[in-house]
Amino acid sequence: MKFSIVVNEGPYTHQASDSAYHFTKAVLAKGHEVFRVFFYHDGVNNATRLTTPPQDDRNIVSRWSKLAQGSELDMVVCVAAAQRRGIVDEGEAKRNGKDATNLAPGFRISGLGQLIEAGIQADRIVVFGD
Amino acid sequence: MSDIKKFMFVNRKAPYGTIYALESLEVVLIAAAFDQNCSMAFLDDGVYQLKKGHQTKGIEVKGFEKTYGALEDYDIEKLYVDQESLAARGLTAEDLCVPVEVVSRAELGKLMEEQDVLLSF
Repeated sequence: MKFSIVVNEGPYTHQASDSAYHFTKAVLAKGHEVFRVFFYHDGVNNATRLTTPPQDDRNIVSRWSKLAQGSELDMVVCVAAAQRRGIVDEGEAKRNGKDATNLAPGFRISGLGQLIEAGIQADRIVVFGD
Repeated sequence: MSDIKKFMFVNRKAPYGTIYALESLEVVLIAAAFDQNCSMAFLDDGVYQLKKGHQTKGIEVKGFEKTYGALEDYDIEKLYVDQESLAARGLTAEDLCVPVEVVSRAELGKLMEEQDVLLSF
């Protein structure tokens, strides 16, 4: 089956991102396809590579990056939500005159159309939020 | 992309206090631009999103009551409001800023079952 995953909450404050990660991993392990993981609302905060949790805690951001690396997962961060919250890649930094970038590996910034497409293309869309 | 699916956007949160309502409206408008069959459901504190007379000056937040009125220009005309949520908050359809269909929880459940994609905010 083809899944799309939506993550609507940031890391650490809410369980949603953890649950989405474990669900996505399980879906892939079962041999299903994940069409896309879409990060919206505070979910875009899962994509900053500046996250530095204590050493004995899970690193939610790099965990997503690693998962994408191993499975060519398409992880998309909503551009409008990202701009509001300061999640920036090189293109966005140039466009908006910012002096830094922080997008973690494996993520890409794109528009809300990608969320609608994820809904159209997938057999099931699963939303993780509060 | 010619596929047309039934999208329902489920709104459960008050319009201000969190950003869910505003950002969910942005998704709805994009879905409409993709020519999808869109509807919206309002339940719990989400019914306050449609309450007439948003006044946001005091909290210095951009108001977006007018956007609900513009939804029909995007061919989004199916707005369902949960009767129990309205009643629990002392509201009726007359208190709302746009025409809606007030439905029972059971009817809303049936409508949800008919959807291809449910996005809840």
